[in-house]
Amino acid sequence: MEASKVIHAIYTDDDVLMSAVKAVKAKKHHIEEIYTPFPVHGLDKAMGLAPTRLAITAFLYGCVGLTVAITMMNFIMIEDWPQDIGGKPSFSYLQNMPAFVPIMFELTVFFAAHLMVITFYLRSRMWPFKKAENPDPRTTDDHFLMEIAIHNNESELTSLLQETGAVEINIVDKDEDAH
Amino acid sequence: MEYKISNRLRMGAIIMMVLGLIGVGYGFIDSHGYTEENITERLAEEHHGHGDTHATDAHGETHGESEHNEVAAHGEDHHGEEAHGGLTHHEEHALHQIHNRPYAALYVGAFFFFMIALGVLAFYAIQYAAQAGWSPVLFRVMEGITSYVLPGGLIVLAIAFVADSHLFVWLKDGVTEVGHENYDKLVAGKSGWLNKTGFFIRGLIFLGGWSLYRYFSRKFSIAQDNANDNKNFKKNFRISAAFLVFYIYTESMMSWDWIMSVDPHWFSTLFGWYVFASMFVSGITVIAMISIYLKSKGLLEFVNDSHIHDLAKFMFGISIFWTYLWFSQFMLIWYSNIPEEVTYFVTRIEHYKLPFFGMLAMNFIFPLLLLMNSDYKRINWFVVMAGIVILCGHYLDVFNWIMPATVVDRWFIGMPEIGAILLFGGLFLFIVFTALGKAPLLAKQNPFTEESKHFHY
Repeated sequence: MEASKVIHAIYTDDDVLMSAVKAVKAKKHHIEEIYTPFPVHGLDKAMGLAPTRLAITAFLYGCVGLTVAITMMNFIMIEDWPQDIGGKPSFSYLQNMPAFVPIMFELTVFFAAHLMVITFYLRSRMWPFKKAENPDPRTTDDHFLMEIAIHNNESELTSLLQETGAVEINIVDKDEDAH
Repeated sequence: MEYKISNRLRMGAIIMMVLGLIGVGYGFIDSHGYTEENITERLAEEHHGHGDTHATDAHGETHGESEHNEVAAHGEDHHGEEAHGGLTHHEEHALHQIHNRPYAALYVGAFFFFMIALGVLAFYAIQYAAQAGWSPVLFRVMEGITSYVLPGGLIVLAIAFVADSHLFVWLKDGVTEVGHENYDKLVAGKSGWLNKTGFFIRGLIFLGGWSLYRYFSRKFSIAQDNANDNKNFKKNFRISAAFLVFYIYTESMMSWDWIMSVDPHWFSTLFGWYVFASMFVSGITVIAMISIYLKSKGLLEFVNDSHIHDLAKFMFGISIFWTYLWFSQFMLIWYSNIPEEVTYFVTRIEHYKLPFFGMLAMNFIFPLLLLMNSDYKRINWFVVMAGIVILCGHYLDVFNWIMPATVVDRWFIGMPEIGAILLFGGLFLFIVFTALGKAPLLAKQNPFTEESKHFHY
């Protein structure tokens, strides 16, 4: 198995990182990954990542939650054990709908929020007992790390990154199995 | 950046006002055509008209049987025995409702535009009190809109004064007199608060407080433009915080006085919040629309898409907030089903199905679906379209507050209503855009202006 070489450039400021990303993209280099201690606004756009589809999944999960709430309340309160709601024994879902709106709302939010978080973790390949992928523990504190693959252009990349204000530049052999 | 109201806009506003006046005038003249002498015949005519259009469906036997028979019977009785003056209850009510309609239509229009300005004033004060960094580039637009608070509020009060018992049944003669035919025990019990003198003293205090804040905040904001320290800004911060305390109490009381008291038997404890949500979302919508208009003229180049995006987020969020309050009020009353309370919604669902549920669609479902997508909030024409739906929805909201108590089932959005919208809409545009031309469009020395210019989401 071939171990590929990557360059790790470390920054200490998110603004410097942002301008570095723009400079690197302007030279048409491909950025493998960036590790940051907190979300940096606009970084995904600057890196040229495709927009997230998480919002679409959230909308769909919300629709699922709404449907679950409607069918559940219809079964419980109207079909299985008809109840007299607020002195209006109509036993019709539509006429008693206002009483179920809080449940419909809560389950919509519940499904959208929880399933979206789970989707986010799975999509980011994070699950319990997973070994951390980030190459440098300082990126969980106050450092930013940009990873670029090297294709026989080590010196060119190094000098470019130095110009952009990287405080540290390391060349590492990346073992693909680490993923 | 200087702005002067263009001749086209000024002419447009004046034409709107003239057309509006004609509509309002027509409404009054038309309603005066119904008198005690001819009401019986005219109602009979009306029923005939109805009968002709529904002639095929065996009318009179199936639908509204009791009502029709009652009217018919009364009609016959009266022609016979009491030729002069004696009217049935039905005719008397109908006559009152017909006479109330132009006043109510005028009041709804006047309050709607006043509420936009007052909502913006609250929004503006919150920006100062929170020391918001994103919004100072919009301050002059907000100040322009709030110039309508004083004239708009005085107009609402003046209409209330002239309309008297046409709008507020608790102003009828003898309501508090035991034994009088108009005596109403519930209203009599509330007369410590609900009386004409108190109503107008309170109204003037509310309006005075809001206008004082508006006057001084505008003054300090202009003074800050040429200052080399932040003294004026700090003063504005302080008076804004004080104003918000004053506002949240007086806005609530204003909503009881000016709106809730048209149904003096009914009350809701969260009504003030509900009215606030309505004025807040309408106000923010108008800020967004006027900003987009001025931007399209190339005058607000420092307002970027992120500012519009933030305003649209507020439009979305406060629409949901409005729905939350509307539903909280509705569900508790619907669920408990107490006769004194539930009549409020029974009237609306029986006679106002379209405006009542239509407003829910326009104020909730439309903004929810139109403005949910993040990218759409940055598309100016999209925000304007959503804004038009929201404004129409909140006009209907005001309509549903006032009309059921004053004209009951004799509502229509016709000449008097549209006339009032044009009249006060024209006046609103005229005053707001004239005020916009009186100061530079950028509050350039506000300490947060630089941050606001670079605001980026």
